Amino acid sequence: MRAAVVVFPGSNCDHDTYYVLKDLIGIETDLLWYRETNLNRYDLIVLPGGFSYGDYLRAGAIARFAPAVQALPEYIERSRGIVLGICNGFQILTEAGLLPGALTKNISQRFICKTVKLRVENNATPLTHLFGYGEIIELPIAHGEGRYIAPPEILEKLKRNRQILLTYFGENPNGSVENIAGIMNEDGTVFGLMPHPERNSERIFGTGDGLKIFQGLVQEVLV
Amino acid sequence: MKEFLVRVLVEPKPELFDPQGQAVERAMLELGLKNVSGTRVGKLIKFKLKAVSAQQARERVSEIAQKFLANPVIEQYSIEMEEL
Repeated sequence: MRAAVVVFPGSNCDHDTYYVLKDLIGIETDLLWYRETNLNRYDLIVLPGGFSYGDYLRAGAIARFAPAVQALPEYIERSRGIVLGICNGFQILTEAGLLPGALTKNISQRFICKTVKLRVENNATPLTHLFGYGEIIELPIAHGEGRYIAPPEILEKLKRNRQILLTYFGENPNGSVENIAGIMNEDGTVFGLMPHPERNSERIFGTGDGLKIFQGLVQEVLV
Repeated sequence: MKEFLVRVLVEPKPELFDPQGQAVERAMLELGLKNVSGTRVGKLIKFKLKAVSAQQARERVSEIAQKFLANPVIEQYSIEMEEL
């Protein structure tokens, strides 16, 4: 198995994500420059957090036209592997139309950086299968544009297909509709999370819940 | 070829809550501007574009606005053009 962490100008969680995959889980991982288009050698592609292109215009709006992102639809269509977008990566995937909805400015108008509680809404997915259904986990968030928005018909579809993976529990930090913190596409091959699992993958950083997300994905790919 | 000065105005869709607009409106009220309502904060993207006709310029601007300058899930846009 081989994973890639795509590096955009302005990515800043790329090395943390690389560290979790390579050093904590022990799979072959490459930092992949955003101009690369050959994705077929990878079983898992992570678009990491950060501020690609300075969040100019809208978060993710410019990165979605980067060559590596332009190569994603074919990769997804061929069911070659799994794609995970974390924070800015999630924003890029919605901008690219690879996940439904959009992420816009937090209701509070502030950048929020703290650990939040999340509820596992669907544990029958590659990303969440190591958690129990309804389990409350903890992950950090760090974003200014994390308010998930989607039209009613899309929300209905997300619920019907059980595409909502994680919701904010206890408090909704950014005003996301239905407390949505993470979703997947209909086929269960593309995942988007606003929280940062790579920032809570070792016990010294908290509960270590984030590691289970990466372990879950890796196990799924290895099967 | 003609040259046009293009202004694309992007704003949050009317049904979307705009916290930025709300904060600006509150501040305007506090600064004494009475009877203000419906404040929305958007973006102005201004550029020059060469095209054979105004129609062609408008078509090209609409295309890039839909594809890139505005996100249709959360934003709407309008185009202003003048020939230079």
